[in-house]
Amino acid sequence: MGIPGTCHDVRVLSVTPHGPHGAEHGFFTMELENPGIAQVAAGQFIMVRPAAFGVNPIWPRPFSISRLTPERITLFVQACGRGTDILAGLRPDDPVTIWGPLGQGFAVEPDSPTLMLAGGVGLAPFVEYAASHPYPPHLSLLFGHRVPLDCYPYEGMARHIATTTFLERTPADRETFIALLDGQVAAFAEGLVLACGPRPFLLTVARLVRKYSARGQVSLENRMACGVGGCLGCVEKNALGGYVQTCTQGPVFWVEELSLTEDA
Amino acid sequence: MTVDTKVRLPGMVLKNPILTASGTFGFGLEFADYGDLTALGGIAVKGLSLLPRLGNPMPRLAETPCGMLNAIGLQNCGVETFLRDKLPRLPWRETPIVANLYACDAADFAELAGILSAAPGVAALEVNISCPNVKAGGLAFGQDPGMAGKLTEAVKKRAGNKPVWVKLSPNVTDIVAVARATVLAGADALTCINTLTGVSVDIRTRKPRLANVIGGLSGPAIKPVALRCVWQVCRAVSVPVIGVGGISSAEDVLEFILVGAHAVQIGTANFMRPDMSFRIAARLPELMAELGIESLDSYRGTLQAG
Repeated sequence: MGIPGTCHDVRVLSVTPHGPHGAEHGFFTMELENPGIAQVAAGQFIMVRPAAFGVNPIWPRPFSISRLTPERITLFVQACGRGTDILAGLRPDDPVTIWGPLGQGFAVEPDSPTLMLAGGVGLAPFVEYAASHPYPPHLSLLFGHRVPLDCYPYEGMARHIATTTFLERTPADRETFIALLDGQVAAFAEGLVLACGPRPFLLTVARLVRKYSARGQVSLENRMACGVGGCLGCVEKNALGGYVQTCTQGPVFWVEELSLTEDA
Repeated sequence: MTVDTKVRLPGMVLKNPILTASGTFGFGLEFADYGDLTALGGIAVKGLSLLPRLGNPMPRLAETPCGMLNAIGLQNCGVETFLRDKLPRLPWRETPIVANLYACDAADFAELAGILSAAPGVAALEVNISCPNVKAGGLAFGQDPGMAGKLTEAVKKRAGNKPVWVKLSPNVTDIVAVARATVLAGADALTCINTLTGVSVDIRTRKPRLANVIGGLSGPAIKPVALRCVWQVCRAVSVPVIGVGGISSAEDVLEFILVGAHAVQIGTANFMRPDMSFRIAARLPELMAELGIESLDSYRGTLQAG
């Protein structure tokens, strides 16, 4: 899997706001040189540390790989804090250190009807998932979002697979979205359900996966420091009441492995 | 110019002064893909207790300016699993492995020391009397010179021929008093410093950023505090001091040697990038050559403080 165990110094190829409204909402695409990563399981992530971080912020930032080609690694990023704000301001040729791919990606089952459930920036790993899936006619996407659709790498996916989108304008819309999720998970109960998005969204998906006895995976976004299993900071409570590490044993877990409560 | 990075400590010679700090480098194995573990001066492994510990609830981490807070709560697999599954996989013949130990009372500390001292692969015991993230003992042990001395003595009695290092807390009025008490009780070396206690809060949710509320601050933000502690302790005691706190470059390493440290531990910087300790170990001899420093022994404690 790629080149494990090496930190690579690469250059930024581009940092581009996504679509006409991307800059306003902080959604952007970052392309980095690919230092020779041959393969990624969609849902795996890389750690990104631009030289511009210095010692502040202290942690690198983890991002799922949104697209991998021999020439470039594409990340889809939402600027929402100290680290991602600095990333958004990088320019072509700026030096960045990356390592990975890390962790466990989503299951790929060519013969299973597969439902991808994405919330907001959680769409990122599904771009690679759809692009590398051996049988895309089996794929279906339900995408919930809060800002205009053109802020996300959605259009390219919609050309190849069946998609449904839902714009959440106010918190009151959430019930409608949950009803939509409910129907879709029910429809894919015999297939495979995959989810990536904010924690409340994942908790809802997990509840529905259990409700319909579906087979489901969620990609967690627990805060990480090291990303390689050294700090035990990103743990999540498993179904047995112990802890698993999101960085090495996840970020993608089967729903049944985890307890998935409000507070990790 | 060839430089000498060797460090002589009680019971061992390190090939260079770069150790990894307990709790920031797992059991070493997690980082083995990112560098050669035998290129390090030593490895202080994740804090061990007699029985496995679950640790604290999430969230356990918060990022702070030039640093971070953690409240892991000494989650670990327990000493037996360490000795059976982890230690044999470490290159302990080439690289000294320092076992960091934590217990809730003197009797358990002694028992743990007895178990670890019987392991050929353990080069030294590092007594954690300064963890801010556990309810029982931990920091309280390290804040009282009498208690710190008593625990040191208990460990020392059962440590056989293994050197005993005591890891001191900066969360005290007078770190020198605690240092002296532990040396009097038989400490062979002192590790200075553990994390500083701190809190981070979210003004929107009105919640603390750590489930434990209080955590331990680490990273470059605490380097001046660590340097001050190491300088004070080195002037007060005759045993070697291992400096730790915010080191993220070879230059930082020399700062600690300059104020008197024998060796250093790299902690939070391992989270900045997983090859950090290896990079610093590789860079140090180059930097020493650039500065005309022939050996660490010749440079140690030469701060000209007037």
